[in-house]
Amino acid sequence: MKPAPFKYHAPTSVGEALQLLAKLENPKILAGGQSLMPMMNFRFMMPSHIIDLNQIDELYGIELRDQSIHIGAMTRQHDIQTSDLVKKFAPIIPDAYDLVSHRQIRNRGTLGGSLCHLDPSSEQPCFISALDGEIEVMGPNGRRSIPIGEWTSTYMTPAMNDDELMIGTSFKPWPDGHGWAFLEYSRRHGDYAIVGVAVLSNINEKREITKISISICGISFAPYRLKDAETNLIGMVADQHAIEIAIKSIDSIEDVMEDAHNSSEYRRHLAKVYTRRAIELAFQRANNHNYGQNTH
Amino acid sequence: MDKIHIKVSVNHQMYEKDVDSRCTLGDFLRNDLGLTGTHYGCEHGVCGACTVLLNSKSVRSCLLLAVQANGSEITTIEGLANDDGTLSELQQAFTECHALQCGFCTPGMLTTLTELLSENLSPTEAQVKSAISGNLCRCTGYQPIVDATILAASRLRDKSIPSAAIKQ
Repeated sequence: MKPAPFKYHAPTSVGEALQLLAKLENPKILAGGQSLMPMMNFRFMMPSHIIDLNQIDELYGIELRDQSIHIGAMTRQHDIQTSDLVKKFAPIIPDAYDLVSHRQIRNRGTLGGSLCHLDPSSEQPCFISALDGEIEVMGPNGRRSIPIGEWTSTYMTPAMNDDELMIGTSFKPWPDGHGWAFLEYSRRHGDYAIVGVAVLSNINEKREITKISISICGISFAPYRLKDAETNLIGMVADQHAIEIAIKSIDSIEDVMEDAHNSSEYRRHLAKVYTRRAIELAFQRANNHNYGQNTH
Repeated sequence: MDKIHIKVSVNHQMYEKDVDSRCTLGDFLRNDLGLTGTHYGCEHGVCGACTVLLNSKSVRSCLLLAVQANGSEITTIEGLANDDGTLSELQQAFTECHALQCGFCTPGMLTTLTELLSENLSPTEAQVKSAISGNLCRCTGYQPIVDATILAASRLRDKSIPSAAIKQ
């Protein structure tokens, strides 16, 4: 239960980290270490070089710039969860972080680390998917932005090159008065979700749906957006009939993943139950200004 | 072997050592500094027994490299008692409420709950349970730990009222 030997590097700038990444054989990036370190302790991972990003100041921070929220890759999960800016513009995030592991983990764990680790059951890619986030990466040829929908290349593998480094994520806040919900089923509080659901929705004074996004984790490699249902729901009254349409669309998802404990049919069942509950809660919260104040 | 020179403050005492890059913080505390109060259970971030405070924040010492603590202030179970050696309010409440039996999880429970009480002197039962959700205890059934924390919080509140009144 000890990591195999490696050489340790602690760059203090993104440029320096990129140079190390280009030059070293079998390197691994260390962010918060809350997934990589267990894997190294188990020796599932035996990198020859560790490039520790913890001393790169430019990778930390949360700011509102050009009408988008930008979160640096190394920003700690606890700092995001308790950020006033995040609470105000994306209350789904602190709600979801209540379900992400435990305080000791969130004190070290980073949003960037989670988005690169890409566990299919993780809450964080799921809420970034619901928010239509963009991932910013930096490489030898400069900076580029990858939409969250194109971020998963395959199982636990982000769509960036080996010589690139994720530097942050950004998303546009949803319109004022939006409703939100993040709900999940897990065996124990703080465990990875078996299935989790993120919902954001705006409804007008006639209770018609003007904007909705529904993303599910734990059923495929990447967070699964119910795109067809989202399109069909626009203009409908926010009621049980609309919810039925969203739930029904889950029946047609192909290749729901499974493991020894949770069959694909069980995961599909959970996805339906939790999508229903999450949409109901998001509809309740939409335009209800009391809701913005009761969390955290 | 990749050796790195580090300087850390542990329980207000400075230490300078050469450590292997692969040495975790918990192993450094236990093996290099002899501070064996920090317990290693699972060594993969699940049991919470190895929790210490790094710059006042609770962290798993099995998931941190010793080199990453360079320049930091660490508090372990050995540093929680008052300066005169008497138990802290939280430790005292643990003994009174029988919040430990075998004691293996206790260092992690106390460091985690010390962080909670440093931020919130009026935690609800639900908040205490959430705070220790990452700490496994196989003896007590958790309830005495929750009771002890609520008791310690109420005593700390009583203590803090006069000083708050003086400030006003």
